[in-house]
Amino acid sequence: MSRDAPGWLRFGTLAAGLLFLVLPLPGPLDAARPHLLALALAYWALEAPGRGAMAVAWVAGLFADVVGGTLLGEQALRMAVLVFLVQRFRAQLRFFPLWQQSAAVGLLLLNDLALMASIRLIAGAGLPHGPALLAPLLGLALWPWWFLLVDALRLRHRERVGR
Amino acid sequence: MIQSGSPAPKLSEAAAGTLPLLACIALSAVLMVADHRGDLSPAVRATLSTAAEPVWRLAALPATAWRWADTALSRQDQLADENVALRRELQLRDAQLARLEAVARENQRLRALLGGKGDFRLAVRMAGIVDVDLDPWRQRVRLDRGSADGVEVGQAVIDAGGMLGQVVQVSEHGATALLLTDASHSVPVQVVRTGLRLVAVGTGKSDTLSVPNIPQSADIRDGDLLVTSGIGGRFPAGFAVGTVRAVGPDDTRLFLRAEATPAAQLDRGLEVLLVMRGEIDVGIGPPEPAP
Repeated sequence: MSRDAPGWLRFGTLAAGLLFLVLPLPGPLDAARPHLLALALAYWALEAPGRGAMAVAWVAGLFADVVGGTLLGEQALRMAVLVFLVQRFRAQLRFFPLWQQSAAVGLLLLNDLALMASIRLIAGAGLPHGPALLAPLLGLALWPWWFLLVDALRLRHRERVGR
Repeated sequence: MIQSGSPAPKLSEAAAGTLPLLACIALSAVLMVADHRGDLSPAVRATLSTAAEPVWRLAALPATAWRWADTALSRQDQLADENVALRRELQLRDAQLARLEAVARENQRLRALLGGKGDFRLAVRMAGIVDVDLDPWRQRVRLDRGSADGVEVGQAVIDAGGMLGQVVQVSEHGATALLLTDASHSVPVQVVRTGLRLVAVGTGKSDTLSVPNIPQSADIRDGDLLVTSGIGGRFPAGFAVGTVRAVGPDDTRLFLRAEATPAAQLDRGLEVLLVMRGEIDVGIGPPEPAP
């Protein structure tokens, strides 16, 4: 059992990420929507590493494929790679200040975009264009807020349980 | 964890990270290939869609609530105005329909005289579009009718403007329709003015259809209306598909290529009509207007 990571919070953030994947957003924001599920998985891989993190990421990605209607296995692969990279560089990432961490997350999301583009190119779909390229940037901007929010929720839970 | 002097645990730790990754990649690759080639059985897809249904419903909730609030809070006189406008529109349509009915009957009689078969009457069923944003790279919509309502894979989807697309996947209480403009969609069409038969393919952009491989000698020009030709038997004949917007030589310079604007309102509207196949029953149709 990983330290003080309540199940409902883990599950809740992942569910929120899934829901955000298909939530109707206005105009160009639709194509450039930040990948909240990736942020959630990155957070948990960073803060509460466990044995099954990659399996969880893969299954969550598979759910994302079903919900988002992408090729089955595409997001699963992307999320697994993302979590692998986070685990690999966990020691460094954890001790970065928040802004550096955001930059690193931005890079991870950019890598994710490249992976997605190559999968779709192989599958015969077009390359991303326009606002889709902004998605990693939005994810980068969102990371500090996301991180602080989930951290605060966790802290509150710990205080309540610890007492 | 970090013990100096013994590289063995470090190695095994690295392997412990890499092996699951390789397993994930392999599993994903198998799934993707199977899905791309269409090897996954429709039953698997249908089950998965049923599992995803709650998420879609939940995601559509804010928009639905917003629309409800909009109706509930709009002012009485606005609603009255809209009502008057709609009634006027309905009257106009009714008159047009009555004329069309006469033409259809005449057509039927003439066909009977010729000994041909084929029926222009058509059964449709209304379906709502579930307000979720599926993968923005593909042109698809989610409908709120499924196999429980008799929806089948391959059914044509139309709206007031014309052809919208076809149903590609059905679960019990929902279906996914591929729009005309998806890059993997093509539809056999005919130019109304000349009867020229062509195939219109999607481009991935919701305002453009492409009509490739037109012979140089073909008679086609800007403003030509394209309708479904009914060849292939998947789409009923005679539905508006689009209007030719530009004609030019293609990359090989051996053929022409036309661009068309879709007739249907692909990115607007919340209701569509599903064309039912099988025996034609006059009783099924768009719902009667409320009294």
